[in-house]
Amino acid sequence: MRSFTYERAASPAEAARAVATTQGAKFIAGGTNLIDLMKLEIETPTHLVDVQDLGLDRVEETEEGGLRIGTFVSNTALSAHPRVREDYAVLTRAIQAGASGQLRNKASTGGNLLQRTRCAYFYDTNMPCNKRKPGDGCAAIDGFSRQLGVIGTSDSCIATYPGDMAVAMRALDAVVETVKPDGTARAIPVADFHRLWGDTPHIETALEPGEMITHVRLPTPLGGQHFYHKVRDRRSYAYALVSVAAVIQSDGTGRVAFGGVAPKPWRSEAADAQLPNGAAAVVRTAFADARPTEQNAFKIPLAERTLAGILAEMRS
Amino acid sequence: MAEDGFMKVSRRGVLAGGVASAAVGQASILRAQDSSTGGAAKQAKVPVRLTVNGTPQELELDSRTTLLDTLREHLKLTGSKKGCDHGQCGACTVMVNGTRINSCLSLAVQHQGDEITTIEGLGSPEDLHPMQAAFVEHDGYQCGYCTPGQICSAVAVLEEIRNGIPSHVTEDLTGRMRATEMEMRERMSGNICRCGAYSNIAEAMAQVAKG
Repeated sequence: MRSFTYERAASPAEAARAVATTQGAKFIAGGTNLIDLMKLEIETPTHLVDVQDLGLDRVEETEEGGLRIGTFVSNTALSAHPRVREDYAVLTRAIQAGASGQLRNKASTGGNLLQRTRCAYFYDTNMPCNKRKPGDGCAAIDGFSRQLGVIGTSDSCIATYPGDMAVAMRALDAVVETVKPDGTARAIPVADFHRLWGDTPHIETALEPGEMITHVRLPTPLGGQHFYHKVRDRRSYAYALVSVAAVIQSDGTGRVAFGGVAPKPWRSEAADAQLPNGAAAVVRTAFADARPTEQNAFKIPLAERTLAGILAEMRS
Repeated sequence: MAEDGFMKVSRRGVLAGGVASAAVGQASILRAQDSSTGGAAKQAKVPVRLTVNGTPQELELDSRTTLLDTLREHLKLTGSKKGCDHGQCGACTVMVNGTRINSCLSLAVQHQGDEITTIEGLGSPEDLHPMQAAFVEHDGYQCGYCTPGQICSAVAVLEEIRNGIPSHVTEDLTGRMRATEMEMRERMSGNICRCGAYSNIAEAMAQVAKG
C-alpha cells in the first residue's frame, strides 16, 4: 500500500473541498472496497478524507413520506431499518443478497454506490485494463468474460457495476444527493448516477471531482410486491451473474431492474411496460441492444428465467 | 504443570513469530519499492487511541496500518488471524462497538475511540465464552486457523438475530428473526473454513442459540 495522509472532515462541504484541492485525495467511508484496492495498489490515494464524523449516519423520514438515507449509514443498518423492511423490501432483499455480514456492517450507502467493478482483469495488475489505466487496452473482451457485461458495454470495457443495493434503488427511482466543493448541493437520479462509459471507462459516475455523496433519497413507497432474485455461482457471498429487482402491482404492472449485466443497474421504462406481457417480452425489450460475448450470452436467457420465476411467485 | 505452561507459550510464540516475520518480510519489500520508485514516500505517523478487550491503548501508527495488523503486530494479540487479507475469508473477524467486521479491511485510524473485542476478550482458557465451549464440545474446527474469526462471527450472528436484523434467507422481513440452521449458515457465509468444519460449527451455534 502506498503512503497517504489522513484527516477527518468537519462538514460535508469541507470534505468536498479537501478532496477537490488535494492532489490524489479520496473520500473514505467504510473503506471495505477502497482499502482492498489500496492493498493491490489499484487505488493509490495520497490523502484520505474520512466522512464518519459528519452526522450522515441516520435514516430520516422526508415530508412527502419517503426516506433520506445518510451516506454513512451501513448496509446492515439500512436493510434492517423498520421503514425499509416495511415499505422498500426490495432494498432490504438486495442488500442482504450481497457480500457477507461483516462487510455489510462496515460498508456504507454512499460507498456501495461507488463500489468498483469486480472484473478479474481490473484486479489483475499484470493485465491491460482501460479502466485501471486509460489507453492500456482490455484483456477481458477476448478473455474469460463469463461474469462480465452484456449490454451498455463498449469496445474499451465490458465490466459491470457489481453491486446489489443500487439495482433496488434504480427500481425505486432513488435520488443521490451531493455537495460540491463550492458548497452547492445537487440531486442526481440514480438512473443517471452510473455512466455508460463508452471509451472513458475510468470515469464511472456523474460525480465531479471532489463532489461528495451526502444522502440517498427514496421517493414515497410504491406499494406492490417486492422481489430481489440473484443468481450466482454459490448460494451466498458471491457476485451476481444476473440479478432482478422487481416491484410488481396486483394488476401486473410494475418496475424491473437488472444487475450483473451492465455498467449500471439496467432498467428501461419501455421494458417495464411489457411486464403484463410476461418475462420474455420484458427481457426482449430491455436487452434489445445487448452485445454479449460467446461466454456470457447465457445471461440473457438467465435474466428471462429469473424474472419468470418472480412472476410465477407473484401469481402463486 | 510448569512444562505445560512453557509448551503453551513457546508454541504460541513460534506461531506468532512465524506468521509475523513472513508478513513483515513482504511488507518491507513493498515499502522499499515504494521509496525507490515513488520518491516522496512520506511516513505518515498518526496517534491512535482505542480500547481493546477493555484495555485503553495509545499507539503511534503508520496511517496504512490495518486494525488487524494493529492487533497482531503492535498489541501482540495474535488470536485474530490473517487469512486472505482482503475481506474474503473472515479469519480476521473482530467486534467493533459490538458489531463484527473484517479487521483486515479497516484502518486503525478509522477506529479512534472505538471498543474492539477480539477472541482473547471473549473468554480465557480458564473461563471460556459459551460459544468457545460449544466449539470445543462439538469439535467445530480441525486446524483451528479460522476458528477465532468463526467464534467472533458466531457470537455476533446470534446477537444480530436477537436484534432483528434480517438476512438473505429471512422469509418474513417484518416478523421476528429466528436462529434456524438456514439463518445461521447464511449469516456465517463470510467465514471460510478450508478444513470443512461447517456442520460442527452449525451444531455449536445451535446449542448456544438454544441457551
